[in-house]
Amino acid sequence: MKPRQKRIALIVAGLVVLGIAATLVLNALNSNIALYISPTDVAAGKAPQGKAFRIGGMVKEGSVKREADGVTVNFIVTDTEKDLLVAYKGILPDLFKEGKGVVAQGKLADGGTRFVASEVLAKHDENYMPPEAAKAVGDAHQRAADNKAKAEATGAAGTAPATPATAEKSPLKTGY
Amino acid sequence: MSIHWNSFGEFLAMGGYGLYVWGSFGITAAIMFMEPIIAVRNRKNLVARLKRQARAERNKEQ
Amino acid sequence: MNNRLINWFKYASPQSFYPLAGKMIPWFVALATVFGLAGLWLGMVVAPTDFQQGEGYRIIFIHVPASWMSMFIYLVMAFWAALGLAYNTRLSGMMAQALAPTGALMAFLSLWTGALWGKPMWGTWWVWDARLTSELILLFLYIGFIALQASIDDPRRADKAGAVLALVGVVNIPIIYFSVKWWNTLHQGSSVSLTKSPSMAILMLWAMLLMALSFWMYSIAVALYRARTIMLERERGTEWVREVLQQEGAK
Repeated sequence: MKPRQKRIALIVAGLVVLGIAATLVLNALNSNIALYISPTDVAAGKAPQGKAFRIGGMVKEGSVKREADGVTVNFIVTDTEKDLLVAYKGILPDLFKEGKGVVAQGKLADGGTRFVASEVLAKHDENYMPPEAAKAVGDAHQRAADNKAKAEATGAAGTAPATPATAEKSPLKTGY
Repeated sequence: MSIHWNSFGEFLAMGGYGLYVWGSFGITAAIMFMEPIIAVRNRKNLVARLKRQARAERNKEQ
Repeated sequence: MNNRLINWFKYASPQSFYPLAGKMIPWFVALATVFGLAGLWLGMVVAPTDFQQGEGYRIIFIHVPASWMSMFIYLVMAFWAALGLAYNTRLSGMMAQALAPTGALMAFLSLWTGALWGKPMWGTWWVWDARLTSELILLFLYIGFIALQASIDDPRRADKAGAVLALVGVVNIPIIYFSVKWWNTLHQGSSVSLTKSPSMAILMLWAMLLMALSFWMYSIAVALYRARTIMLERERGTEWVREVLQQEGAK
């Protein structure tokens, strides 16, 4: 081998070794790199006990309630499978809305049935469009859902397959 | 392709996000203004230095 | 084939690359200006409000181009570094050295605009999620590369050390890019990618792409300019630099 070829071979070998090392390290870190866990994980007992951690999911529609003191907010975080009640005292970000993504930091209380948050962050999706377009998309979704419901209602007597309408896309899974 | 804003004040306010939007654009503009200026200055300094060195060498030879 | 190879090596020598770069720079400056003005007009004046983020989303018109460039410049820098290690060409190290400061500034802009965007929308300037952390590591890699090169006096040895660092750091680029897919992050996914149609209104998308083109042209122009300075410095004492200096005086 010429010296130049030898050098190239060494570099390639070095890069391969490095890639493998990086993959291994990332694999080991994988569980720690996740910013948040889902309510399903919490229900499965995967939440750290007595330690602060982050949960992520969607703010359940119609679940946001302000307490009489005006600063404490209660809402439910859901991943469409499991729900978790969250209590938070403080200012909410602009994009905190029902039906949208949220990441909250805090601790479990009351034997794991309630999550007391010290910080609430909004997680938004990667869609950008004018309000009129967003409304049109929303309306179209609504029409599609209505049509599907109608078709299922009429088809129930017949032989139509009873596939349930797919639940609304979870904010955890958007943007892939 | 009509203009989105009704007034210049509205444009500056950016719907209440003016501080964040102009804070982003301002720093970017400053960096993209300064980086070329520094690059030009570095080159001028280098050319002047190399010329001085060349002159000094010529003087030594004579 | 043989002929083409010779041509490539001809332009790989600083003394022929120097005048070529000098001729190209004004064009890249002009393109950067035209694309930039068009992108700013579309993005800041014409583009509509966003349904979620109101006018605040307009930060995207610099945040995404700066982030793209911070990653792309690193790849180009690592490419030159690899070329330098493999073929020991003089130009490679100069190009890598010329690219690093612009890459570092792009990484800084990405983080800065991201913080200013995250505060009103997410509710925080910073969070240690995989996307933000890996981009911060990219900034440190650039700074490390610049510092390492500056700390070694012999340029050829500085190039080699820098090249090794640049190549090691390449693993970080796919991590940045895929972090939003691989892990739970606060940062949302990509609006524009090769694998799916963009999730942006067409006018907003055009504004962003024009701004990205402008950033690209700007980066090339300023990196070429810096490369020319580095060439003069490193090749000082050679005949061609002496000629260049004489012409500089005549102007």
